[in-house]
Amino acid sequence: MAELPARFQPASDQSLLVSFADRIDPAASLRVRRLLRLLELNPVKGIVNLHPAYCSVLIRFDALVTEHRELEALLRPRLENLDAVALPEPREVEIPVCYGGEFGVDLADVADMHGMNPAQVVARHSSAAYTVDFLGFAPGFGYLSGLPDELATPRLPVPRRSVPAGSVGIAGNQTGVYPFATAGGWRLIGRTPVAMFRPDRQPMSLLSIGDRVRFRPICAEEFAE
Amino acid sequence: MILVEAPGLFTTVQDLGRLGFGAMGVSPSGTADAVALRVGNRLVGNPEGAAALEMTLAGGTFVFPKGALAALAGSDFGATMDEAEASTWRPFRIPPDGRLRVGHTRSGARCYLCVRGGIEVKPFLGSASTHVLSGLGGFEGRSLKKGDILSIGSSKMTEPRPQGAVSDVLLPRKTLRVTDAPQADWFSEAAQSIFCNSGYRVTEEANRMGLRLEGPVIPAPAGGQMITEGVPLGAVQIPAGGQPIILFVEQQTTGGYPKIANVISADMSSVGQLRPRDEIRFERVDQATARALLREQEEAIRAIH
Repeated sequence: MAELPARFQPASDQSLLVSFADRIDPAASLRVRRLLRLLELNPVKGIVNLHPAYCSVLIRFDALVTEHRELEALLRPRLENLDAVALPEPREVEIPVCYGGEFGVDLADVADMHGMNPAQVVARHSSAAYTVDFLGFAPGFGYLSGLPDELATPRLPVPRRSVPAGSVGIAGNQTGVYPFATAGGWRLIGRTPVAMFRPDRQPMSLLSIGDRVRFRPICAEEFAE
Repeated sequence: MILVEAPGLFTTVQDLGRLGFGAMGVSPSGTADAVALRVGNRLVGNPEGAAALEMTLAGGTFVFPKGALAALAGSDFGATMDEAEASTWRPFRIPPDGRLRVGHTRSGARCYLCVRGGIEVKPFLGSASTHVLSGLGGFEGRSLKKGDILSIGSSKMTEPRPQGAVSDVLLPRKTLRVTDAPQADWFSEAAQSIFCNSGYRVTEEANRMGLRLEGPVIPAPAGGQMITEGVPLGAVQIPAGGQPIILFVEQQTTGGYPKIANVISADMSSVGQLRPRDEIRFERVDQATARALLREQEEAIRAIH
């Protein structure tokens, strides 16, 4: 596949958006991870924060130290060798989930919308292999791709004011786990007892960009343990 | 030591925030008004980024068993120290067992209590800032409650700077200057014109994560398929209803709404002083102007000595 040209856009007076595609695309996602890795290993003066997403990286810089054009000029040559940046071996993460009931209040609706019974939804959701495309929204919230097409479900028309921590949800063709009790519009199919983000653990976030994820169904008794 | 006799409406420990953890989904958090926090700390001789108490709309009552040197910065909340008026932007001494009462706002949304030595809490990812959504950082990850006992630290200190006023450049504005956002060209000229020529009112849904505004509807962009991307501080998102949302210090790190503009860095402290029902306007500037305004603000802060 031909190299995707990078696009640089000022996003604010202290940030630069580097995009590799205008659609969700595995090659662009790989370039996002490589750019992130490159900038973590070889920090650039003035860069203070990085926000990776599906096909872009938002770079925040200290506007008293550098500016958009200077940063772009510095980054362009580095992007030429981006495909040579080695990525760490993806980690395999298994997340136990108690599906349905009080833990997954939308499971029955999701099943209905796809003409399945809840057990079929659970079987499909827990047999697929997912990839953490990026973390965003809240600390430790991973956007997972790899949801089987037949489970793709639109968000709730009106988001809930509070979603319990650990809730496993579906939004479009994405799935993910809410690390904290927050407002949210994803359809909830289950909940994990595992802490997605803990400040007293290293790494704090259970998930990292690029990780491979599987969900393992557990019963309510195992959840309680 | 500080005893919290009354916490106020919503009081948290804040410093300049934690930058560098965006890839974990952790937003910087930190003070809603960096100008006030930095100036307040300078007044009491603290490093600019020392942790302070951020009070929102109504302040609390605090007792200092061992006394302290303190300064109030940001909006005037009508404070008294043992019944004598305690004005903003001026350091004052609190005697042992002194009681500082901070009242209701007379101007903007936030008032900062900076004490010499700074507020001491266990840092989370290098910062004392409270991240309210995740319950991390600050004092037990939450806003203060009656009966809390805070420690005063011993941040590296210089001489206090007895100032009585701050330069106009540092005072909050109601016209926010903005630069273009990545999707600015998705919006029609008519939409841009509505955005820049209308007043918008701050709704009750205005907090450290973001401020929802209401005013003339901004028509949705015609083209473009929005893909979730990293969102900068101060991004002005336009969701389907056409009412703008300004993303603030405890923002989500990525978002999927198109953005029409972005508040400039120099005006972010002004956003931190906006109250529900305040009316604001937007004014477009170019990147060079935004940089010049930031440098001007920086010089005004450094001039306080």
